[in-house]
Amino acid sequence: MGFPHPSHAGETVVLSKYFGDAGARTHAGWVERGGYEGLRKALGMAPEAIIEDMKASGLRGRGGAGFPTGLKWSFMPKGDGKPHYLVCNADESEPGTFKDREIMRWTPHALIEGCAIGAYAIGAERCYIYIRGEFTEPWTIMSEAVREAYAAGTLGDNAMGSGKTIHITLHRGAGAYICGEETALMNSIEGRRGNPRIKPPFPAAAGLFGMPTTINNVETLAAVPHILVRGAEWYKSLSRGNPKSTGTKLISVCGHVQRPGNYEVTLGTPMKDLLYDMCGGMRPGRTLKAVIPGGSSVPIMTAEEAESALLDYEGLIEKGSMLGSAGMIVMDDSADMVYQIMRLARFYAHESCAQCTQCREGTAWTTRILERILSGKGKESDFDLLLDLADNMTGTTICVLSDSCAAPVVSGIRKFRGEFEAYIRRERAPVLALA
Amino acid sequence: MTQELVTVTIEGAQVQVPKGTTIIEAAKQAGVLVPHYCYHPSLPAPAVCRMCLVEVEKAPKLLPACVSTVAEGQVVHVSSERARKARTGVLEFLLINHPLDCPICDQSGECELQDYTFQEGRAGTRYSDYPKRYNPVEDFGPDILYVTNRCILCTRCVRFMDDVAKTPVLNVSERGDRAFIGIAEEQLLDHPWSGNVVDLCPVGSLVSKDFLHKARAWELDKTASICTGCSQGCNITIETRDDAVVRLKPRPNMDVNRHFMCDTGRMDYRWMNRGDRIEAPLVRQGTRAVAADWDTALDRLGQLAGGSGKAVLLASARSSVESLGLVRAMLDGFDVTAAVRVPTGPEAPLAGVPNLALRAERAPNVHGAERLGYTRDWDGALAAAGSADLVVVLDANLDAEEEQRLQEVTGTLVVLGTVVADFHHRAELVLPVTTMAEENGVYVNRDGRAQRYMQARSQPGMARPSWWIAGEVLAGPGPDADAAATAADAFIEVGRRYPAFADLSHGSLGWVGQTVRATAGAAR
Amino acid sequence: MSAAQSAVHAVDAQPYEPVFTGDTLAELEQRFAEYPTRQALLLPALWMVQERRGWISEPAISEVATVLGLTPAYVKGVVTFYTMYHTHPVGRHFIQVCTTSPCGLCGAEDTVKALLEHTGCGEAGTTSPDGRFTVVEVECLGACGFATPVMVGDDFIESVTPDKVPDLLARYP
Repeated sequence: MGFPHPSHAGETVVLSKYFGDAGARTHAGWVERGGYEGLRKALGMAPEAIIEDMKASGLRGRGGAGFPTGLKWSFMPKGDGKPHYLVCNADESEPGTFKDREIMRWTPHALIEGCAIGAYAIGAERCYIYIRGEFTEPWTIMSEAVREAYAAGTLGDNAMGSGKTIHITLHRGAGAYICGEETALMNSIEGRRGNPRIKPPFPAAAGLFGMPTTINNVETLAAVPHILVRGAEWYKSLSRGNPKSTGTKLISVCGHVQRPGNYEVTLGTPMKDLLYDMCGGMRPGRTLKAVIPGGSSVPIMTAEEAESALLDYEGLIEKGSMLGSAGMIVMDDSADMVYQIMRLARFYAHESCAQCTQCREGTAWTTRILERILSGKGKESDFDLLLDLADNMTGTTICVLSDSCAAPVVSGIRKFRGEFEAYIRRERAPVLALA
Repeated sequence: MTQELVTVTIEGAQVQVPKGTTIIEAAKQAGVLVPHYCYHPSLPAPAVCRMCLVEVEKAPKLLPACVSTVAEGQVVHVSSERARKARTGVLEFLLINHPLDCPICDQSGECELQDYTFQEGRAGTRYSDYPKRYNPVEDFGPDILYVTNRCILCTRCVRFMDDVAKTPVLNVSERGDRAFIGIAEEQLLDHPWSGNVVDLCPVGSLVSKDFLHKARAWELDKTASICTGCSQGCNITIETRDDAVVRLKPRPNMDVNRHFMCDTGRMDYRWMNRGDRIEAPLVRQGTRAVAADWDTALDRLGQLAGGSGKAVLLASARSSVESLGLVRAMLDGFDVTAAVRVPTGPEAPLAGVPNLALRAERAPNVHGAERLGYTRDWDGALAAAGSADLVVVLDANLDAEEEQRLQEVTGTLVVLGTVVADFHHRAELVLPVTTMAEENGVYVNRDGRAQRYMQARSQPGMARPSWWIAGEVLAGPGPDADAAATAADAFIEVGRRYPAFADLSHGSLGWVGQTVRATAGAAR
Repeated sequence: MSAAQSAVHAVDAQPYEPVFTGDTLAELEQRFAEYPTRQALLLPALWMVQERRGWISEPAISEVATVLGLTPAYVKGVVTFYTMYHTHPVGRHFIQVCTTSPCGLCGAEDTVKALLEHTGCGEAGTTSPDGRFTVVEVECLGACGFATPVMVGDDFIESVTPDKVPDLLARYP
């Protein structure tokens, strides 16, 4: 549901059904609401069968990359005698995205259940849930839920009386966006700087502590019990006709809409319906200017592109952007695109881990150029410079933080060039004073 | 086991390399240097500088050559437009905050940032309107300064301390463009092998205090040599400016010292520059020692060496195989007791490299000497010297008590030495010899590897290698005498006389040396 | 001299009292069972230090290093990577305000101004002269639909607008 707002008829409420219902937070409350039936069922199945169900459901990673979950699980080696790990990425830190926070705040047991099923399916006896350091309230709620789950025998050396061992450990981050990148996250759990690792090796071969590891987003794992209980076919049927994008997706909408919040829609829902119907459209007297649909790292869409887009993996690629984490930043005609792009660049410059040259220096330089333009000292040559730096920063580094900094710059210049020119040609008053 | 080979084409050249080889190493086989900063063959590769991005046909993105392994049929382009643009981009990013203080930077002239920028960098800057990042210079340890502003964060130094020295005292601190190489407040970069970080640093960020402002890189002459600090036999380069040794650097030898040398060895060069050298032969005439020409001195030495009875030879274990071999052979008419002095000190291993340490035996040629019939029983030999008919001292470093005992010997005393000492006034002959820095020669390390070193500076005055002196005596007087004229000749001569060195030559030892037999042998 | 700097000297004058003794050490040791390496406890151990001391000093870094079998330099490299660890003393109430783009669109910078004004901090990143507050601008707090989110210590407060600031601060004496 469009938490914190009441559910909208256009939503398909699966994961968010109990958002706002504090009774769902307890183990007993979760069981009352049909919780842990998925785990019970899973523990009676062969791991391979669970993976087959995931494949059949069409579930794809909800963290941003959209990789098919069942396929990812199937990459884990079998009978290798090594410890396996499941890692749940609860580092939700992509600007514009705040859905995993609500899952953990309201339905912590949904996540624990999904983690337990995932761990069992990939042959892991321990799952680490890495929660970003700023999420103090979700941390407290998740800690209590894990404690309850152990007390109820749902977790432990004899999970739900199945004889299977499933442990869950919560691990707290400490303020680093890049730890949302899966290999950086693993380094962070290992007690290292959150530097992304070179791939290969991929996590399924050598991940956390060098062991075969699967890493899934909170929302992905929270969907798993529903698929097991209601069946892959049911999940697959939640689609607007695109067989590659199935199920529901929590869309975090923020910025200049009347009702920001988390909306759960069937993949393939027109973005227009979400923006104008569910979110109540722009503030009075304002019109839509731009949308960054998938968290701050994806290309910016114009109003026209956004209004004609379908909200699924392919639909947004078709419009030159990406679904990403589905953190939708909406900007109306009052937004200063140059300023917003500078703020995003500053974010990436702040968060660069410092490993790769292009990212370490390029994100900071890009920010400085944008700041200078905003201070009324821009030059016409800054366009070529920004685009050339963006080119040098794209596809050249270990992870995609550098690319993410470049994407809004490139799409911003391409689509909102006039706003840059207004500053550069001194037609618009400077908004920044440079030190 | 045969290794599976794959064929790849790099810059148009086809090479066959073992499966699993990285593109950067395969490129070396093809004669192509892929520009790089963070990669080093003796360190784990982090692929962070992104300088070695190359274009591989059919790969959508440029690949880091340092961590990408070759695949059969792969076609790699190092100087394609895309790869060049990527490198030019990296160079530009590395330079925006770089102080460009090459005129006062020790690395200038041997700086990879300078070299690659000259090769492929942009001619002008596009970062002209902003102040550069500034951080003060940090004192990291006894010999190392960190010039923060020049750092390109390649992390070679951090990885050396973490993965090779196994003593993580350096870190990357902070993140983004605020990052720098840090050290803990209570710790110092004083590990016995820490000087290697200066060599590993591809720019002028980590500099040696000892070398600070001594010379510009292009003023240096470099000579392949062997470290004299211990019996490990690290391969080194002696670097001189105007005939003065100004620093020692490690020279790669994968079987001995990889790319490293310890700080004790690195700092052990000042003796090579001593000015108080013996520059002419001194021949005793009555109660006086008189400077003489070599003919006179060699005549006198020939007479003394032609005698018989007991002789004691006290030699330095820093003398070459050639000198130790021929000087001992020169005394064949005697019943010879030959010994080398073996100074000792604490062992200091480099944890991450098997069989590499600063060894307790602090001399380079103990094991060569043993193969030439010298013993380590220095005290025994010194005792025997008291009543021997002839005592020959070969460039040995003696303490005051030992010098006193040599003044009291009853037999004839001959010194082949480099610097004047008190006991020399008791000698019949004092002959000026070269140090290892002034001659060619061979040392045998603790693993029996014979390795060559080359002459790095000119000899002072009339000083000659000890092997030349002994060779002249062995050949006898006269114009037709066939004495060894070069160290290579002398080495062949040693091979004829001592079985451990039979059938070897300077040529066969090459640049990386060769293991010799353990046989100790009397002179034939 | 800023309040933060004078606090550094005040703290440095005291001999360092170890954190990991008694129950705190037991709590840490209990967690070793959940990880295959001791090093993995680094972030948790640093949190434990900060919860008890308010910040992570050089002696604390050395102590953590000793407890986990690491070197101080290594630990320091990790501490300085994560922005939530304080390497300097901070005010009694540490206030983080999100100013990343989504919140910026919704007036986060006005909220920052109000916080600075009402705390007496003057500029972001500093501590109020009475040592009560430190206000910092931070990047994305992950509650973009609830602009502007503010954290006071561990409390997470959503939808803070400038007019709500005086009442909010009153709750933190």
